Amino acid sequence: MSTAEHSPSSWQHNLQLWLKNINWRSLGSGVGAFLLSLLVGSLFLSLNGYNPFIAFREIFTGAFGNKYALAEMLVKTTPLIFTGLSVAVAAQAGLFNIGAEGQLLVGALAAAQLASFDLGLPAVIHVILALLAAAVCGGIWGGIAGFIKQRFGAHEVIVTIMMNYIAFLLTSYLVNYPWKAAGMVPQTNPVVAAAALPNLLRGSQLTIGIFIAIAIVVVVAVLFKSTILGYEMKAVGYNPQAGATGGISIAVMGALSMVLAGAVAGIGGGVEILGVHGRFIQGFSPGFGYDGVAVSVLVNSNPALVPISSVLFGILRAGGAFLERNTKIPGDFTTVIQGLVIFFMAAPRIFEAVLKRRSK
Amino acid sequence: MNSLPVLEITNITKAFPGVLANDHISFAIQQGEVHAILGENGAGKTTLMNIIYGLYQPDEGEIKISGKPVAIHTPADALKLGIGMVHQHFMLIDPLTVAENVVLGNEPTRMVFSLDRAVRITEELSRKFGLNVDPRARIEDIPVGVRQRVEILKALYRDASILILDEPTAVLTPLEVNELYDTIANLKAAGKTIIFITHKLNETMHISDRITILRDGKALQTLQTAETNPQELARLMVGREVVLRVNKTPCQRGRQVICLGDVKVHDNRGLEAVRGVSLQVCAGEIYGVAGIEGNGQTELIEAITGLRKMTGGKIEIDGKDLSNARPAELLEAGLGHVPEDRNTRGVVSQFSVAENLVLGYHKQQRFRNHQFINHSGIDAYSSGVVAAFDIKTTGIHTCIDTLSGGNAQKVVVGRVFSQSPKALVVAQPTRGVDVGATEYIHQQMLKMRDAGVAILLISSDLEEVRSLSDRIGVLYQGQIVAEKLSEEFTERELGLFMAGAAAAVDRKAWEELNNEYC
Repeated sequence: MSTAEHSPSSWQHNLQLWLKNINWRSLGSGVGAFLLSLLVGSLFLSLNGYNPFIAFREIFTGAFGNKYALAEMLVKTTPLIFTGLSVAVAAQAGLFNIGAEGQLLVGALAAAQLASFDLGLPAVIHVILALLAAAVCGGIWGGIAGFIKQRFGAHEVIVTIMMNYIAFLLTSYLVNYPWKAAGMVPQTNPVVAAAALPNLLRGSQLTIGIFIAIAIVVVVAVLFKSTILGYEMKAVGYNPQAGATGGISIAVMGALSMVLAGAVAGIGGGVEILGVHGRFIQGFSPGFGYDGVAVSVLVNSNPALVPISSVLFGILRAGGAFLERNTKIPGDFTTVIQGLVIFFMAAPRIFEAVLKRRSK
Repeated sequence: MNSLPVLEITNITKAFPGVLANDHISFAIQQGEVHAILGENGAGKTTLMNIIYGLYQPDEGEIKISGKPVAIHTPADALKLGIGMVHQHFMLIDPLTVAENVVLGNEPTRMVFSLDRAVRITEELSRKFGLNVDPRARIEDIPVGVRQRVEILKALYRDASILILDEPTAVLTPLEVNELYDTIANLKAAGKTIIFITHKLNETMHISDRITILRDGKALQTLQTAETNPQELARLMVGREVVLRVNKTPCQRGRQVICLGDVKVHDNRGLEAVRGVSLQVCAGEIYGVAGIEGNGQTELIEAITGLRKMTGGKIEIDGKDLSNARPAELLEAGLGHVPEDRNTRGVVSQFSVAENLVLGYHKQQRFRNHQFINHSGIDAYSSGVVAAFDIKTTGIHTCIDTLSGGNAQKVVVGRVFSQSPKALVVAQPTRGVDVGATEYIHQQMLKMRDAGVAILLISSDLEEVRSLSDRIGVLYQGQIVAEKLSEEFTERELGLFMAGAAAAVDRKAWEELNNEYC
């Protein structure tokens, strides 16, 4: 046995098996789409009279220039991990969650409100409590979309988009009226010290939020890799009919995955409040939930890879802000790249789908 | 027959990533013969025909038409050279008439399209080759067998002298198959050359003059049909001796296990697709449901397995009322299900062999560790099933997508049969499966039967139903219109019932039988 393992043919065989199991096409398509987006984005810049090399240099400096830049980049990355993961979780069960934005907002407000009271609790407990509230509210918000889909068959894309508006208006109302802090700005009372996330680098906004994000990624990755529930969600996600034939309820799994997706996005909202803003301020999210779609799409909704694509977008976000401050190049350039990424990721699938139909 | 061959191919080679689909294939086809290309799925038949039809370019090799080397880059080139192809999946436009479909792409015009001229042309062709098609009928209104003749007409209209028929009988009823044989005879009489692609031995013997056998991408041999027999063909095709006849021991009928009483089911459009089916299957018995597809089979299967709500009637499994039970409850009650379409219901193509082998049974204690998957439990079990069912795969963690159709089907069958079920609903168990795997699956089914399992077999393959079943019921328009012991039915009789010749039954006696509930 041991001689066989050491013989070259055996390890070559194992290597071959390992290489075979990597999904090269999906990995390649992500990398390819990203590079292509950078290329086409540069083309746009050149056409408008800007030097793309300067743009990329500035973006790089903005994200990696010094430890504060690096911290800022990770701050921008953190919410994207949560929303990207939220979209990926639903996608694993075959649903398209466009509602991470709304789920993040209700989660954020729940955490902010709970964290604004001095409950006399130890710091750890208060943080956990606030994030739990965020998870529950986000989960309910996602679950509503899941339930409506299960009960009435309404498409989750439509429902989650509508739920985003409701979330935005509901949270706006609450911070403008009942829960508004004294002053002109529509915001809640500040988070008490015990509920704030510990800072990691003085002079930056970087907190342990990034570790919470990584921890949640690990939990979700394990869920899909090693649990019965994850197996059932994937089964109906990949092939609903075969899943149903195997006795798994498409509706229940779909609804559950939306609860889970909502909870993840909700925690993301809570972390953003407890870590960065210190209170819920109306309009604090620049569209984290929508960015999450791009984050997830870039890695084919593989939860374990979400942090990687989040960092890529975090670099663009942090670098874009730096770019805007230091050059005449508009920071929106990074938004263009984000759009192109989705385009190039989606385009091959559309192409494949058309070809498939034709060959039928 | 001894002049230059009308089509000669030499050393045709075509490789796809990982497979040599055609490996130096050479043979010649004579003017006016019916030449069968016989081989299992994956032997390279379709690739070869696609090369001849210009859909693929060969890596190597030469094609000669009447002795002249030709280059065929597109189907248009092939048509110009007189090669026409009738695909397995028809390429017709349903709302248009037969005549319109025939001339489509090459319309007879005098400034404007004239339907009358198209009709005349179609009529003429149809008469000349004895095809019997109404040019003014809409495609959506005519049966599959006639649609196939429209495809043939399309090729004839384009002056094809060589016709390639790709698995032409796969979609036909027994009666339609006979009509196709007549059509082929007519075409041959008119001097056309026919290349007939198939993996079915009987039709090969019945219709061809000569047979070329493909195996693993190689052309093994070209035989005179008159000088060979099915046994020899099967051996050449599979590469070993094959048991063609299913050896059945007498049926040891036990207690009643599956009992359907007046089951009614709607289809997706809300129409009644199953209109009161009553039948009983006993332990140790195979009950075959024969019938042309689309007569309620799918809805019946889905109702029994809990995937579709019944609108009326009763289903009992082993004495327990399980009408409208959830699929999980039925699986737990010991009702195994081999779905009729492997790809839509049978397997999750992104999952590994092991993950697919436990699908539906994944909640059993041996496969879990509380809420976690017990990987070692699943692996041990899967390795056992892979060995027991002789599933050819590089490993249990290989994605099922990489398995051949026959082996993927063995995964589905192995999954269900390894769970010691009480009852089985087995639908189209050997569709798209090669001869070797078919033989194996049939043996396994009989083994289950002999072990006392009640098996309901639903298949559109009449041969399969006849050779495996102890009793046969014919499903026609959502009703069992005839039911007898298997050996009491003649093939002709079955064909008639399947085609709706219900007049042949004593209606009254039949209804009485149908009213006998569980």
